[in-house]
Amino acid sequence: MEIGGLLLYFTALVTMGGIYAVSALGLNLNWGMTGLFNVGIAGFFAVGAYTSALLTAPPIEAGTAAQGAGGLSLPMPVGWLAAMALAAAVAWVVGRICLRLKSDYLAIATIGIAEIIRLVARNEQALTGGSFGIKAIPRPFETLERPWGEIAMMLLIAAIVLAIYLFLQRARNSPWGRVMRAIRDNETAAEAMGKDVEAFRLQAFVIGSALMGLAGALTAHYLKVLTPEATEPLQATFLVYVMLIAGGSGNNRGAILGAIVVWLLWTATELVTGRLPVEWGVRIAYGRMFLVGLLLVVVLQRFPGGLLPERPPKLAGDGAR
Amino acid sequence: MIDFINNYLIAGLVLGSIYALGAIGISMIYSILRFAHFAHGDLMTFGAYAALAVVTAMGWPALAALPFALIAAAVVALFVDRYAYRPFRKSRPIVVVIASFGVALMIRSGVMLIWGVQPESYASGIQSALESLEPLRILPKHLVIFGTAVVLMTAMHLLLTRTKIGKAMRAMSDDPDLARITGIATERVIAWTWVVGAVLAGAAGVLTAVDTQVIPDMGWNLLLPIFAAAILGGLGRPYGAVLGGLVIGMVEELSSYPLFGDDPLVSPGYKTGIAFAVMVVMLIWRPQGLLKGRIL
Repeated sequence: MEIGGLLLYFTALVTMGGIYAVSALGLNLNWGMTGLFNVGIAGFFAVGAYTSALLTAPPIEAGTAAQGAGGLSLPMPVGWLAAMALAAAVAWVVGRICLRLKSDYLAIATIGIAEIIRLVARNEQALTGGSFGIKAIPRPFETLERPWGEIAMMLLIAAIVLAIYLFLQRARNSPWGRVMRAIRDNETAAEAMGKDVEAFRLQAFVIGSALMGLAGALTAHYLKVLTPEATEPLQATFLVYVMLIAGGSGNNRGAILGAIVVWLLWTATELVTGRLPVEWGVRIAYGRMFLVGLLLVVVLQRFPGGLLPERPPKLAGDGAR
Repeated sequence: MIDFINNYLIAGLVLGSIYALGAIGISMIYSILRFAHFAHGDLMTFGAYAALAVVTAMGWPALAALPFALIAAAVVALFVDRYAYRPFRKSRPIVVVIASFGVALMIRSGVMLIWGVQPESYASGIQSALESLEPLRILPKHLVIFGTAVVLMTAMHLLLTRTKIGKAMRAMSDDPDLARITGIATERVIAWTWVVGAVLAGAAGVLTAVDTQVIPDMGWNLLLPIFAAAILGGLGRPYGAVLGGLVIGMVEELSSYPLFGDDPLVSPGYKTGIAFAVMVVMLIWRPQGLLKGRIL
């Protein structure tokens, strides 16, 4: 591979890994910090992706043979903000109903929401374009020449990840973050201290889900096409769990590292399968799914802390002691 | 009226008995092992494919292949419990739930690796309704499904009420600590729970395939209604699971009844959504379920 190709491969790797890091950071706020078992990442991801795509894609000209759904041609930042807002709104409704219940119910409820959103994406031809999906979604910097457009996109994603990281790190070290960990580790004690557990959990759930919605929007813009396949739970939900748990659940840096490392491994297997005969290539794609499942079980059994285990933030009085 | 029975009631009963078989396992595993088992749907898929292997290799009808599928499902469940779940017995239950998602992915992709993704079926051709039962329109496969489900549920009932291990299972489900100090061999009870749950799940998979076809996603698609059924009936209540399964099956089928005008009440594409809606209403209104089960 020549140097130009290698550079493009690297930008694609970092861009997509960075988008996964946004999802993983959102999940870290849900699961890692607050202990909310949200298995509906794919659902919030889809809400964000479709919202942003529908707002920013060009409309379909009447009378043309184009299939799928058209959009409103609004500027991209509007789409992104709307994606986060709508994902947050959906999360708020789900959270109001289900956060009172313990984690297993939340898992079932979030999976259910994700499946219903997938059904809507598939069935509502008029809104989502059904299986044709939405095409020609704008990508930031796509007018720039190769490879500058790709590099600019990569830097944009990196900046977004950094901004979210700083925001979440700040939240984690604040009194708010301490309450979150208190709820995760001992809900009864937190409640006895007079904390409104339900309200705090709802906040964490909504903000985390908004980040998953943003990840969906970024994916749609990066790939430029959006079909219901993009919201399959394997890649949108379970791969993110592997990333977070392997990286270090509860640790924001771990979430980012996990996303990049696992995405690197994931695409590396694609390089291998791409070279095999088609018949084998297809089978090995299932092998990758097997690998996601196996990794989930093995990491949980052997390395529950992940690559960067959680370290509680220093308290103000720690230095003095 | 007869159209209503033929098109909706019979379909609901058939679907409901399949859901019931799956929900019993979910309910029992929850009450004895204390976790929501998300690989249950894929265990069903495995059962269906195991029967498919016997059907294609030996040329037998599906019902003859059923025992082999049930044994295979039980073996897989015991293997999975030993290597994937047992190391987590002492950790927080939610960790096992995550692991069960991993197991679900492994079973499904294993099935895809061995059998591929194209839809298969046990027998080709379209069945015609039994003439002796006119004007009721009942297909032979409906009788097979319903009959098998009733036999298996009766067997489960006898196991739970008449045998020592069944009583131990009920004791552990009611109060695990009390069961332990009275000297019940916990691991043995757990093993039996997996066998019972997997046998019923495998049967649900085979019966679904008898009704429709065999595809790798079949179990995953059944997971939501089955959880809904288990919660509706009350977790830890096997008879509640049967009731819940029948209710969910009926409600799903009735949801496409054209109550107003000619259009179905709810588009058939959203059938899964109905089960989910029933579950959410139940979680808000009566989280312990109809038969007063456990609240997670």
